[in-house]
Amino acid sequence: MSDFVPRNRVRRGHYVDSVTLMRLSRAAEAMDGVQRAALMIGSAANRELLRAAGLLTGDGMAAGPNDVIVAVLARDRESGEAALQAAMALLEAPAMARSGAGPWQPRSLAAASEGLAGANLALISVPGAFAAEEAWKALRRDLNVLLFSDNVPLADERALKVEADRCGLLVMGPDCGTAFIAGTPLGFANAVALGGIGIVAASGTGLQEVATLIDRHGGGLSHGIGVGGRDLDAAIGGIATLAAIAALDRDPGTMRGMLIAKPSAPAVVQRVVERLARSPKPWTFCCIGSDPWPMPAHVRQATTLVAAAEDALGGIAIGTDFDMALEAMALAARLDTDRRRIRGLYAGGTLAAEARLIIDADGGPDASRHRLTDLGDDAFTLGRPHPMLDPWVRRQPMGEALGDPTTAVLLLDVILGYGSPDDPVAPILDAVAGADSSRPVVIASVCGTERDPQVRSVQVARLAAAGVTVAPSNAHAANLAVRVVSGRAA
Amino acid sequence: MTDKIDSLLRGPARVVNVGLRGFADDLHRRGVAVVDVDWAPPAAGDPKLARLLARLDGDARIERANLEALDRLIGGDPVLVDVVPAGTVIPGLGERMLLHAGPPIDWPRLCGPMRGAIAGAVLLEGWAGDLSTAERLAAGGGVRLAPNHDHGAVGPMTGIITPSMPVFVVENRAFGNRAYCTLNEGLGRVMRFGGNDAGVLARLRWLADSLGPALGKALRASGGLPLKGLVARGLVMGDEMHQRNAACTSLFLRELAPALARAVPDGEHLASLFAFMAGNDQFFLNIAMAMAKAITDPIRGLAHSTIVSCLCRNGTDFAIRVAGTGDQWFTAPAAMAKGLYFPGFAEGDANPDMGDSAIVETIGLGGFAMAASPAVAGFVGAGSAADAIACTRRMGEITHGQHREWTIPNFDFAGVPLGIDIRRVVETRIQPVINTGIAHREPGVGQVGAGVVLAPLACFDQALRAFGARDWPA
Repeated sequence: MSDFVPRNRVRRGHYVDSVTLMRLSRAAEAMDGVQRAALMIGSAANRELLRAAGLLTGDGMAAGPNDVIVAVLARDRESGEAALQAAMALLEAPAMARSGAGPWQPRSLAAASEGLAGANLALISVPGAFAAEEAWKALRRDLNVLLFSDNVPLADERALKVEADRCGLLVMGPDCGTAFIAGTPLGFANAVALGGIGIVAASGTGLQEVATLIDRHGGGLSHGIGVGGRDLDAAIGGIATLAAIAALDRDPGTMRGMLIAKPSAPAVVQRVVERLARSPKPWTFCCIGSDPWPMPAHVRQATTLVAAAEDALGGIAIGTDFDMALEAMALAARLDTDRRRIRGLYAGGTLAAEARLIIDADGGPDASRHRLTDLGDDAFTLGRPHPMLDPWVRRQPMGEALGDPTTAVLLLDVILGYGSPDDPVAPILDAVAGADSSRPVVIASVCGTERDPQVRSVQVARLAAAGVTVAPSNAHAANLAVRVVSGRAA
Repeated sequence: MTDKIDSLLRGPARVVNVGLRGFADDLHRRGVAVVDVDWAPPAAGDPKLARLLARLDGDARIERANLEALDRLIGGDPVLVDVVPAGTVIPGLGERMLLHAGPPIDWPRLCGPMRGAIAGAVLLEGWAGDLSTAERLAAGGGVRLAPNHDHGAVGPMTGIITPSMPVFVVENRAFGNRAYCTLNEGLGRVMRFGGNDAGVLARLRWLADSLGPALGKALRASGGLPLKGLVARGLVMGDEMHQRNAACTSLFLRELAPALARAVPDGEHLASLFAFMAGNDQFFLNIAMAMAKAITDPIRGLAHSTIVSCLCRNGTDFAIRVAGTGDQWFTAPAAMAKGLYFPGFAEGDANPDMGDSAIVETIGLGGFAMAASPAVAGFVGAGSAADAIACTRRMGEITHGQHREWTIPNFDFAGVPLGIDIRRVVETRIQPVINTGIAHREPGVGQVGAGVVLAPLACFDQALRAFGARDWPA
């Protein structure tokens, strides 16, 4: 029964501000069968508005400025009454505290830096095409920069570093995956003890490997400063490396320093070595794959990450409880004689480079039969996630290596820590479980600490239980792989 | 020189995270102070604008100019000094001429309420004998139209100013400039919403003959009413000076009462004036607008500054001016307000956004001061006090700084965000929020609701391009 007759109800002696009433009007109008609804204070002007809108009845007419008129025009009597009652109830309902828009999140680096008093670092991981511009904004606002992004043009890197140097700021990166600043791990980094060793490193996983080795053997880091893989190129000239060395020299918490470099422009390395020569602190210079460099007495050279950690720890030996010869013999005994190749599948770029050098140097007369793949290389990450973000990208190549009758050793790295996946071991366990008993041997190293979210000992135990041999360091793992295949004819 | 590196190494790290959110989450869990930026490619990925932004970010000349602009905006000393007929004070307001809100516009493009108001104004001035003749006269170019902003004036909604209308005169005593705005006509059918019937015109005549002269006399006798402190008190009392002027209207009446009583010896007459002003919570809006115009005019033409000097609309176009580009207009189609409607009206009845009143947002009030005024937060979403605060915070991202004297208690006494920087708007795509009334699209109907409108980004993109082409060619 359709009527469209206006209905009014009056709530006497009730004041609600007009904005609230308009909101309640909208709610009432949304009710089933309601064509129009209005809640208004009963002033003369409002009564006139309601009259003009065809919403006023005698009840509403009699309302005054201290009353609220609830007016409804509905399809039929039932929906009209229901809407009136609901609107009256809304009027009486106490206001609910709402969490509202939640915590404020700024939309720009500019606003964020203004909103965080004492901000001293911008951690930038936007796509490479935008990264340099965000870094400029950070420098202009007196922020040091950790540039996680890759694919930043070399010219931009140089310009940023020159400007940072001029302003007394540090640009770490680009492609800087890891840093430790005053006990705070940044990016892909591990929970490492605080201590007196300060590290300047070109690479992410190299720094993670050394930092975790130091932590596991009783030492600690003051800082780990990543400078990006190209800082020692001729085009950059080591600007960030030199600034970081100087900062560690000044830092009272740093007792000794370490520089981890990749093979680089000799003229730049020369300048860096000259700078280290002037340092009042002892340094370890770890240049993977570099020939020995003439060094002053207080700078000692190491050619593997584990050797660098040993030196920084005061000359202790890491992995003494790991009997390499015995392990190698036991593993070799399990293999068919025609299995002669090492197949390395790496997530960490520097770890892959270190393993490749060890295998090239010691892998016998025909080292080229071995194959190492850095799955984090640009060639593999185009359109695919980085294996440090998604460990399952290694699953398929691991299966292929385990099924290949010529493979003797599957060599792996496992990287734990912040930023790394919750369970980087699962794909390895899955691959091993899917292989038959005549499979190649699997050797891994686990880069991590007990305080990492994944807990190193837990992951080591899971791997061991699945028959994976866990070496004390990446260099140990590569050496063990070489020993397993050595003596097998090419 | 290297203390900024050393202070980082002394720790603790205090981090601005731009990019992968997981890094911020890890730091947050470890108790490290971190602010995560809700990042998107600057200028919504427009590569040309992004390159221009990169050139203009942190430029020393711009930063200096913007600092100067802020100093001028904060340093203004607006005083309400008089009420006089517009024709006697507004420079360049000649015969057969009237002023309107927003950027310049020709008759054919004028919206309904603007046409209605102009026809009524022509009738009011006696340039025509009836509304249809008046409209023909205006349409045929027999009446000259010009924007208020080019004559030191502002007006709400249609913003029509004729020579006979009384206007508030606000003097900026720090810089010596003056600005003008009409008297608020009250609610209901009024010319600012396109009303033009006999009642509308009669009220306008009463304002010219009765209220205007009395206010003028009282103000002259009192030596003027300083406005900066009054607005500061109004903010504390819950006004944002655009949608809500209840506190400032009361404060204004209280301040002016003795001088007005002396100026109007007849008790009944005096009572009628007070009753009119007290019956309209928005009476102070027009004073706030004249004040805002007086405050912003000193930054007009300030070289190298990217600060907005005016936001306005004529019901067809939205427009902005920027200090460093002088009097050049940057326009885009006026947007539709989002809001709440009076009974019997809905979005389909609404005219596009209109009026010079957004001048108050230009000085950090209105939508920018939403946090001060939870009562009007209902217009911007759920209506919680937290929404109001979030709105003011968001506006803080696109302004150069904040006001030192106009503070908001429930915003931890932070000042209202002041000085809209076109660079920040273009980069973040955060649109200035303007609180506004909504007019009916047909002439003569009046106000149908109220709400908020977002300033169109196209104006700011254009302005930035023009600004860059002027002094920062690629």
